[in-house]
Amino acid sequence: MADFMTGGNSPLISTLRNIILKWAPLFVLASLVLLFPIFEWLEDFQRGKDHIYLIDSRFFSIRNASRIAVAATPGLMVAIGVTFIIIMGSIDLSMEGTVSVSAVIFAFVFIALGGTLASWAWLAIPVALVVGGIMGFINGVIHVMFRVPSFMVSLAMGFVGTGFALVLTGGDRIRVEDELFRSLLTVRWLNFPIMCYVALLALLVAWFIQSRTTLGRNFYAVGGGEELAIASGLNVSRVRIMGFTLAGIFFALGALMAVGRIGIAETATGNNFMFISITAVVVGGTALWGGIGGVLNTLVGVLIVNVINNGMVVIGLPNWLQDGVLGVLVITAVVLSTNRKTISFVK
Amino acid sequence: MFELKAIDKHFPGVHALQDVDFHIHRGEIVGLVGENGAGKSTLMKIIYGAYQPDGGTIEIDSKSVRFQNPRQAMDNGIGMVFQEQSLIPNLTVMENIFLGYENQFVKFGIINWQAMSVAAKEQLAKVKLDIDPNTITMELSFGQRQLVELAKVLTLEERIEGHLVILLDEPTSVLAEEEVNLLFQIVRDLTKRASFIFISHRIDEVLELSDRIYVMKDGKIVDVVQHDDAEVNAIQHKMVGRDIDKEYYREQKQKPYNSSEVLVTFDNVSLDGVYRNISFDLHAGEVLTLVGTEGSGREGILRTLYGMEQCTSGSVKIKGEKVTHFSATAGVSRSIGYVPRERKVEGIVNGMNVYENMTLSQLQNFRYMGVMNVPKEKSLATTWIERLGIKTPSVYKDCGDLSGGNQQKIVLAKWRSGGSEIILLDHPTRGLDIGAKEDVYEMIREMSDNGIGILLVADTLEEAIGLSHTIMVLKDGEFQKGFDCKPGSKPSLYDLVHHMI
Repeated sequence: MADFMTGGNSPLISTLRNIILKWAPLFVLASLVLLFPIFEWLEDFQRGKDHIYLIDSRFFSIRNASRIAVAATPGLMVAIGVTFIIIMGSIDLSMEGTVSVSAVIFAFVFIALGGTLASWAWLAIPVALVVGGIMGFINGVIHVMFRVPSFMVSLAMGFVGTGFALVLTGGDRIRVEDELFRSLLTVRWLNFPIMCYVALLALLVAWFIQSRTTLGRNFYAVGGGEELAIASGLNVSRVRIMGFTLAGIFFALGALMAVGRIGIAETATGNNFMFISITAVVVGGTALWGGIGGVLNTLVGVLIVNVINNGMVVIGLPNWLQDGVLGVLVITAVVLSTNRKTISFVK
Repeated sequence: MFELKAIDKHFPGVHALQDVDFHIHRGEIVGLVGENGAGKSTLMKIIYGAYQPDGGTIEIDSKSVRFQNPRQAMDNGIGMVFQEQSLIPNLTVMENIFLGYENQFVKFGIINWQAMSVAAKEQLAKVKLDIDPNTITMELSFGQRQLVELAKVLTLEERIEGHLVILLDEPTSVLAEEEVNLLFQIVRDLTKRASFIFISHRIDEVLELSDRIYVMKDGKIVDVVQHDDAEVNAIQHKMVGRDIDKEYYREQKQKPYNSSEVLVTFDNVSLDGVYRNISFDLHAGEVLTLVGTEGSGREGILRTLYGMEQCTSGSVKIKGEKVTHFSATAGVSRSIGYVPRERKVEGIVNGMNVYENMTLSQLQNFRYMGVMNVPKEKSLATTWIERLGIKTPSVYKDCGDLSGGNQQKIVLAKWRSGGSEIILLDHPTRGLDIGAKEDVYEMIREMSDNGIGILLVADTLEEAIGLSHTIMVLKDGEFQKGFDCKPGSKPSLYDLVHHMI
């Protein structure tokens, strides 16, 4: 008889709830964008300076938007990768190692093949993507074949990656100074550097994979009901391995963006990506238990995180406080998006 | 001394209990029998406080009480021994016995394990179980665990003043015969302090142990029998008896199947611990129903055929080809469709919309180089929504938000649109209201007319008889008897029950 017992929420309330949940991240983003200029205005008001709200804001300006976009780009790539994994209900924590290894190998190959995009050195780009894909593939295979929880495999794999990158570089920084490659950052169209457009293209590809391919459909099926996916004849192991591989490729893309942004590849290139990307995915509204959300949510999440980071710098909050605020934000997002009526146990 | 008056309980779409009166005297052992879905578990859950009734009152010693949760029921002396073993396997026996009530052994925040061990030993002595309370629970046999469960409930004796009511839900299902006798002996000894409510599928056991027997059907108490007047046959008739409406099961639409086209052959197939030496042929257009109690091996046979379980011996042939590789993926590619009992777990993906759910098992038909052809998916969904009268505002609706009947239609549409020739139905009408059930029957007839072979595990016996061409009765994993069910010469409920129990 127990299967007669369902949620218990009335349809109207649950529909309303769904609508609110769906648009909440965008609402938060918009509020933040309008909030930070208020602080600026208050500050100038106290000092007796002339300041028209929004118009005179340093935060609310094209220049700053472009700055935020550039800062967000590598993180967006990494977060997209991990979005696929979280939709499946698993987690991938290998991003820092994968980004470091991909970045370092990219730089080595790039320099060895001539050091400019105008030569065969462009091959370094696909090589880096393949390296990322291989790391993801290894994650997936170990996770599926040996039935090791995904967070453990990927966390360990991340350390392996970081260590490997350190062995490769010996702790050195490798400079990538090719002007053509650096044009990712230096050349601007409509005030935004090229890398932003590249990232937008990658986002479109990710959205296409998510919503228009078998693989994307399978991610949702596995996350929404793995037993059912098996009962429908899906090869779930294959889907998982492909998911991790895809995530690895996007991590490598993030590595390329990171190198393009600062012109340096080193072991530390991957630092901080774990917290930023997972925060972004969760804040964007993708459910940690899988099946709900997507890369567009992640875009909003990445922007929220970066707007907060940038806004806090603009209004002059100390670094440690910024991390704390992001931490609180993640917990709040999860608390708000969890439907406690349908989940009985959390481990 | 414990009494339920006019208890009513509704679930969405189901009137689970209607006007149930139930009482139990001091030291009495009361039996409760009924078919699956008759409302036994719901009644139990109301008694031990897991559900609250929508109407009616619960009285203890003529005082009205209301339990918000099982803990409150326990504080009033009502304990439940669960059918599904509810002990936590990685804890020790004594930790399980005093789970949630450790406080009595705690001094300054530290548990006195020695005292707990001594106390646990006393509890175990009540059920005549001589084991070390420090044993890890998973090392015990099922029979021992069942006794530990009883010992756990019996801690109420020390905690509660006054009389106890203890519910035993299918306590004998995992026990060997001597263990059953031991359990019964213990229960009888304990009636000095407690009354018992005993639920079992095995009517003979209920007759043996109980002073009085309540018979339930369709959420109502249909009879109360005294021990001395009780007769197995009469009780069985009361349990299942209802007017069979031939129209209701679309019996007039039943056509003979094509006996020359064999879709599935089971030859002496066994799966260790689940079923043994099962043989049958499933023909095109045939509805073959497996009948038996819970645990008789029905589901195991479906799962083997679908490929989710590999049989341990014997041979399975599908469309003349011997199956060597068992997996669900292979099952689907052999054009088998599986409609599982737990729609929420294995039938519908919550969060995916109508067309996504329908094409989930046949993605290869809707993609080109890995890219989904969404317009084609939508047009398929639209066709089937119309054909089966699925009530959904659009193809974009999240299937989790639809009613059970509509979800079931989507699951059926998923397999039929994919061209499945063999469809396995496990309780396809469970939890559906009457109208939705009729729709499902209609679809079964239509599939059968189209030459699809159907292997069915029905929700009720009437359903099995009404829908089938052929019935196989199973008991404890073994084949008992086969029935030919031509319209007009169908077996009676009693014919089947007789072989089931």
